[in-house]
Amino acid sequence: MKRSRPAQIGAGQRHIPVPKPKARQFYGHGVPGMDLSKLGGKLIVVEGADGSGRSTQIARLVSWLEGCGHATVQVGLKRSTLVSEELDHAKAGNILSRTTFSLFYATDFADQLENIILPGLRAGMMVLADRYIYTLMVRDLVRGMDIAWLKNLYGIALVPDVVFYLDVPPEDLVERNFAKNQSLDFWESGMDLGLSRDMFDSFLKYQTLVAATFKELQATYGFTIVDGHRSPDDINNELRKRIASVLAGK
Amino acid sequence: MKTFAELGFPGRLIAVEGLDGSGKSTQIYLLKRWLELQGLKVFFSEWNSSALVKNATSKGKKQELLSPNTFSLIHATDFADRYERQLVPLLRAGYLVLCDRYIFTAFGRDTVRGCPPEWVRGLYDFAAMPDLVFFFKASLEVSLQRILEGRPQLKYFEAGMDLHLSTDPYESFRIFQGRILEEYLAMSTEFNFLVIDANGPIEAQQTIVRDLVAARVELKNYKLHRPLPQT
Repeated sequence: MKRSRPAQIGAGQRHIPVPKPKARQFYGHGVPGMDLSKLGGKLIVVEGADGSGRSTQIARLVSWLEGCGHATVQVGLKRSTLVSEELDHAKAGNILSRTTFSLFYATDFADQLENIILPGLRAGMMVLADRYIYTLMVRDLVRGMDIAWLKNLYGIALVPDVVFYLDVPPEDLVERNFAKNQSLDFWESGMDLGLSRDMFDSFLKYQTLVAATFKELQATYGFTIVDGHRSPDDINNELRKRIASVLAGK
Repeated sequence: MKTFAELGFPGRLIAVEGLDGSGKSTQIYLLKRWLELQGLKVFFSEWNSSALVKNATSKGKKQELLSPNTFSLIHATDFADRYERQLVPLLRAGYLVLCDRYIFTAFGRDTVRGCPPEWVRGLYDFAAMPDLVFFFKASLEVSLQRILEGRPQLKYFEAGMDLHLSTDPYESFRIFQGRILEEYLAMSTEFNFLVIDANGPIEAQQTIVRDLVAARVELKNYKLHRPLPQT
């Protein structure tokens, strides 16, 4: 079978165009004392369930962007110096209640926003985020938390330049999760919700709920929904085209 | 926002607020002893004490990693953890819960650090209001004197050094505490603080506190089912 390689948009160029700036804003009050006009670079977010191909896509985008002469930096959930360790403990023990979990993740996000994302942009880098506030909001929304409370909480977040949502049907996710981990994850199956005692059943129900909630948020946040039920090359091509237009200031 | 009594909880929550050095911890301790010795169901909870979150908070403080947003969020996380796993179950079980600092501490400090008041209040809007809030109003000079005499080594965030008000920790602490005091005074009416003159003698303050608690809480409803053994 012959596989088509993605088009090498921009790669191999000697003259590297500087990304065109665009006016930035926070969703709410943002970070006290932060001057947005000093931020360059671009903030590119990839959202999607576990097994939707996020990390594969991000890895490819990184080498493509670097090939084009852009510096990159990556962030993800639960990677902050401040609380990532404690969050792992909490997750393992299943001891935190909902609001606490939510605020703990928000702390992790805020720490990375101020220490990685914003400094990266200030230095003119391409910041690739493996999930952003939307996953955190969706997780809480399907667990019955109030949207107004969440919007206020994440008023600290910077509006990204582009947000991709890799849309993969739950049936595909099951196969990819088995292939990768040999089992389904407790949290990714939403087992804490009591949807079903059967993990497979719960996984399908939970992922369906999550996908529906993402699509509800789409109206407000304008995600680019990407059909993830395709080859990684096809998907990457679509992402590159969209990012190329972001770099051109569109 | 409603109090626990208004929400139909059998328990009652009594909070103390005030500047560092206002003497509020002494007063709530004496209140606790008085209630305990009457054989009542009492529980004491302190700001910033949830076991899991504390680790992260102290790391953040020691290494000076916190910004106004993360300072605010990590304290909200700590509060939420205690609120959901400790305070609410105790209040359901009909306890008198005594809190050394409640959400007003965050409202004051985080606002002084530059977070918008609406945002901070929004974070905490899952929490019910205390049934009684005592505000220990000491003059700035008295609080400063008490703190600066007893413990001359001021910590970075405690002194508000992150606000860059002054390079001298003592001067920074003064300005920072002064601003927090202004926030407390502005909240006083809005949240029905019971204002206690904290410049006076300990005994005089405790008398007022006990009188107010006895007048506003039906103490006989909070007897332990099994009295504690006499010690």
